[in-house]
Amino acid sequence: MNPAHKELVDLLEVSLPGAVTHAEEFRGELILWTDQEHLVSLATFLRDNPNALFKQLMDVTAVDYPQREQRFEVVYNLLSLSHNRRVRLKLPTDEETPVPSLCGVFSAANWFEREVWDLYGVFFTDHPDLRRILTDYGFEGHPLRKDFPLTGYVEVRYDEEMKRVVYEPVQLKQEFRGFDFESPWEGILHLPGDEKAETAEHEDGGKA
Amino acid sequence: MAEAAIKPLTLNFGPQHPAAHGVLRLVLEMDGEVIERADPHIGLLHRGTEKLIEYKTYLQALPYFDRLDYVSPMSQEHAFALATEKLLGIEAPRRAQYIRVLFAELTRIANHLLNITTFAIDVGAMTPLLWGFEERERIMEFYERVSGARLHAAYFRPGGVHQDLPTGLLEDIGRFCDTFPKTIDDLEELLTGNRIFLQRTVDIGVVSEEDAFDWGFTGPMLRGSGVPWDLRRAQPYEVYEELDFQIPVGKNGDCFDRYLVRMEEMRQSLVIIRQCIEKMPEGPVMVENQKVTPPRRGEMKRSMEALIHHFKLYTEGVHVPPGETYTAVEAPKGEFAVYLVSDGSNRPYKCKIRAPGFPHLSAMDFVCRGHMLADSVAILGSMDVVFGEIDR
Repeated sequence: MNPAHKELVDLLEVSLPGAVTHAEEFRGELILWTDQEHLVSLATFLRDNPNALFKQLMDVTAVDYPQREQRFEVVYNLLSLSHNRRVRLKLPTDEETPVPSLCGVFSAANWFEREVWDLYGVFFTDHPDLRRILTDYGFEGHPLRKDFPLTGYVEVRYDEEMKRVVYEPVQLKQEFRGFDFESPWEGILHLPGDEKAETAEHEDGGKA
Repeated sequence: MAEAAIKPLTLNFGPQHPAAHGVLRLVLEMDGEVIERADPHIGLLHRGTEKLIEYKTYLQALPYFDRLDYVSPMSQEHAFALATEKLLGIEAPRRAQYIRVLFAELTRIANHLLNITTFAIDVGAMTPLLWGFEERERIMEFYERVSGARLHAAYFRPGGVHQDLPTGLLEDIGRFCDTFPKTIDDLEELLTGNRIFLQRTVDIGVVSEEDAFDWGFTGPMLRGSGVPWDLRRAQPYEVYEELDFQIPVGKNGDCFDRYLVRMEEMRQSLVIIRQCIEKMPEGPVMVENQKVTPPRRGEMKRSMEALIHHFKLYTEGVHVPPGETYTAVEAPKGEFAVYLVSDGSNRPYKCKIRAPGFPHLSAMDFVCRGHMLADSVAILGSMDVVFGEIDR
């Protein structure tokens, strides 16, 4: 781990014990895992501590893993201008458990959280104005969930007779085609019936 | 006679209004001529780009980025290409990096030309638009010559750029660099000292440094408030480290300062473009690893292996190793970033697009409060919003 990142993780361990459940680094980017209980205090600390000063909330989003018990990962990307550093906070949650809102810490969180609520259905407590933001008025469902179909459920058109826009269940002229590309890139490793290659390989393995 | 209490008026601005810069519905609560609350309704241009990308290969996902902020297409391709490259663990060759920087800066000029001139038309100046678009068209021509398309270029690809520069293009861009400063001067003559323009922009929509941080402002919106922060300098990507340029910073954080920052950024972009032309190295423009990037056409005619690689790359696409990255570039409007999660397959598991205009517009209520109705148009213009990227 980068020494600067290590320092920050150590500082958090001392100042806010238990707030960071797990810290990791991937491709030079620091990721801190936290939980609902500690999120707001952790964000506030990261914003105000002179060794962190992550004053900007750049992005809030979520990732859906339907096979997990806690299917959503809420992801916060913070930026510190003073230290020229980024950090990513992650918080696992499920459909039922709400996440505390960061609106009190960063004003920018307002719309970002509305977006996550709209597209994923993660509920934020203490949010001043948790309405849908990107989808249509009266939209149902959360489109970025993995179990939401790409084509959606309703389509709209202007009806000449009724002189207004009407909503109808979506009708596909052609079935949506998903292609399975999971064939191995390197081609077929074992040709069926090619016993010679298999025995040669086996002998090689024996020598080694 | 007792004063009659004025009922607050709710005004619906947009969604089809030329000053809304796209499809913005702004619900304004007015006290007479003064805005008490602004509630922007966005999403009227929502096309589900992030959802669509999850069903496309990495190469097929790239053109969607042109269609986000259609005013500065290449900057966005840049963020996606860099993010994919980071996950793949490859780096574009030197020549490709220079070409990317060159075109990223041309894009910046194209974007600022559109923003400044439409901002001017919003506050009553018609001529800059006509002059600015003439120059913008020249930049579009450069786009066309290099990629075949004026707007949706799909030119920056993971691993480099799609094609090498055609002969004579660098010379023509060099000539453009010689003539373009005259246009900037002309525009400045029309606007910078213009009394009407000053009255409409000075001390309008003031954002302090602290507020800019709080609302997640980036790009000219942040620099206009006096923060010398530019990702090209602070977290350099590509070859920006080797180039010499200045970062203009505003003083008061009002609409006029943001306009000045953009003006100076165009001049600085020209400085960068000139350096790129001068230093442009020879060499390949794509990583020569045929597991990641397609082989050359000439090779495909002769080599069976190259043909197979081409077929696999354009049907199945490249498998990106599992991981995640948040990669940002300094787009003309601010920090444009891609949060890309890969599960090891040939399609992104998740691709979140961080559009700079989104947090800017979210601060609309905060910035507009207490201003006159006409100022909301100036504030919107100075924010440089494009709904392709905000609604995604």
